[in-house]
Amino acid sequence: MDYSWIQIAVAAIFFSVVITLVLSRGYGWLSPTFWRNAAVVSSLIMTFILLWLTLDTADQVRPGSGRIPDWTVINYEIRLVWDGAKRRQVPAVGRETGFFGKKWTRQEAYDLINKGKMTLQSRNCMECHQILGNGAYYATDLTRAWLDPWWEERIMPLTGAKTREEAMMAWLKNPPAMPQGRRKMPNLHFSDEELKALIAFLKWMSAIDTNGFPPRFAVAQ
Amino acid sequence: MAASLAGNKPQELFESQKLALAYFAVAIILFGAQLVFGLIAAYQYINPDFLLDKIPFMTNRTLHVNAMIVWLLVGLMGGVYWFLPLETGREVVGIRLAKFIWWVIVAGVSVVILVYLFVQVGPGNAFTLWFINEGREYIEAPRWADIAIVAWVAVFLYNVIATALAARRITGLLGVLIFDLVALGALYTAGMHYTVNVTMDQYLWWWVVHLWVEATWEVLVGVLMGWSLMYLLGTPRKLIETWLFLEVALVFGTGILGLGHHYFWIGTPEYWIGLGGFFSALEPLPLVAMVVHALYDAGAHRLNTVNRPAVFWAIAQAFGNFIGAGVWGFMQTLPQINMYSHGTQLAAAHGHLAFFGAYLGTVLTLIYIAVQNARRPMQIPLDSKYWSWAFALMILGIIGIAGSFTISGFAQTMIERAELGSTWSAFIRSYTHPWYANTLGWRFLFAWVFVAGYLVLVYDLLTIGKRKEGYAA
Repeated sequence: MDYSWIQIAVAAIFFSVVITLVLSRGYGWLSPTFWRNAAVVSSLIMTFILLWLTLDTADQVRPGSGRIPDWTVINYEIRLVWDGAKRRQVPAVGRETGFFGKKWTRQEAYDLINKGKMTLQSRNCMECHQILGNGAYYATDLTRAWLDPWWEERIMPLTGAKTREEAMMAWLKNPPAMPQGRRKMPNLHFSDEELKALIAFLKWMSAIDTNGFPPRFAVAQ
Repeated sequence: MAASLAGNKPQELFESQKLALAYFAVAIILFGAQLVFGLIAAYQYINPDFLLDKIPFMTNRTLHVNAMIVWLLVGLMGGVYWFLPLETGREVVGIRLAKFIWWVIVAGVSVVILVYLFVQVGPGNAFTLWFINEGREYIEAPRWADIAIVAWVAVFLYNVIATALAARRITGLLGVLIFDLVALGALYTAGMHYTVNVTMDQYLWWWVVHLWVEATWEVLVGVLMGWSLMYLLGTPRKLIETWLFLEVALVFGTGILGLGHHYFWIGTPEYWIGLGGFFSALEPLPLVAMVVHALYDAGAHRLNTVNRPAVFWAIAQAFGNFIGAGVWGFMQTLPQINMYSHGTQLAAAHGHLAFFGAYLGTVLTLIYIAVQNARRPMQIPLDSKYWSWAFALMILGIIGIAGSFTISGFAQTMIERAELGSTWSAFIRSYTHPWYANTLGWRFLFAWVFVAGYLVLVYDLLTIGKRKEGYAA
């Protein structure tokens, strides 16, 4: 993108006003014609800018493009680090750790994450949780769920699991059996295969650069 | 047109208006369903074990939200079927097709509700997304139902365009309506796809969710309130159309790029933070214009109207839209604040107040106008003992509900996000904090006030205007 948001906003308003004024020569600003022209011109200009920015955004959010991680990120350690220039947290990819004791090829990782996304939708997760900040407000935001210290602090001792992914799997098998806090997650009867995929999806999502949302994640406890 | 709309000479209803009555009846029934599931969800906040194994929160919340979207959309479409023959002076073209698809939709909605309620979830594969639940908030409807909805909107659009063409009459109101409905129908298809890339998924998901409720629905409301004000107060067409064009210029001029306030944190580039913040800060402007417009019209006529409940709901709509969508939206739309408040109870406060103001007020205005004209002899002005109770109880109820959400939202924003770092443990510590937990009972109490208002409303709609002589005439 060669233009700043201020340039885009000023240009959008400038062209809307000027084109409306040119088309409405001879009509007063209180006439219906003036405002009809304003309505049509501003709608078309804003729609055009939205479509143009959509092409740019679609290009920047391709997996592996920088903002969105490649599928194979599930093979690596993921951390949030403070970016002093941007003054916010950014995801960082660390050493290779494997996922469920294995290194996944690009195709395998894609298939797994895809299955995880379908599982996420099929269990209607968004109607309690938020995904990238969107959803219902009854349960936690899942954007950084993979990175939540609660898995190590509480769930691993509780389940006796040795890795974070195994702890998540053990807990999600039957959440009401190990309730955390007052609100309980119902048992959604995940299969092992679905859980592995869902956890891969959550791990991949935790490496998306969200401009620092949710704020101060796990900075203070 | 104002004279014929005012119905001084009661005449037979058009077939399209009879269809509108069926739309309104279904809207009011689904409104009741919305409240039932909302009450259960509100109680689950207080007692999380309530119905946990039978109807978990996610199912109640899905039904609460989906019933709302469908009944409001049905109410708005019913309003178009009501006014379209009056605007064009003829029966709606394709009315038989419209009736046929309407009953298909009623059957389809019933099936979707039963599947949501009894099947709830499915295995993680495409079958679930096509036949049970798409799992994307607000547009959970399985794909087959999406296709039915698109067919429904297409028939609706055909009715409007063909009727305008047959009448050889394109008014400013009809022009805006057609322009808006094309956009509304096309935008829905943006939500009918599956992609694994969750960022792109949400990017296009907002084209449906935001560009419906913050753009195309607002303009549809502008058209319907324009017709309503002409009927209720006899406002001149030229004045109505000039205001409508101004509102369209402002709604689309700010709302289309205001979409950017949903692109702050979903993985999209940083320029959306500036663009979204700037344009969404301007989004309240058209809502201010609507308040000025409605108040000017009502004041110019000293509230002298043919239909008192409709005019009160129209004024409540203008204020509610401005306060709920405008003020409560602006409160959290700047990225500097939104980073902390996004996805907290504050968003729910905004949602409740905005939908109530912008859309419920409009649909009830339309329904009271229809009810007046459906009863013989027609009561002018329409009035009763009860509508003002429904009006007062529902407004009190929604203020209490949204107020409770606002307080718990502030507490959650401060405790979970600003103080404790947004984690699972921070979340639990925020919702168990007394500043949050104490609001839940208040919210539940005001929900019952709202339900009482609904019950009075239903009784009033069934009885108002049936007396031989006007109550206050």
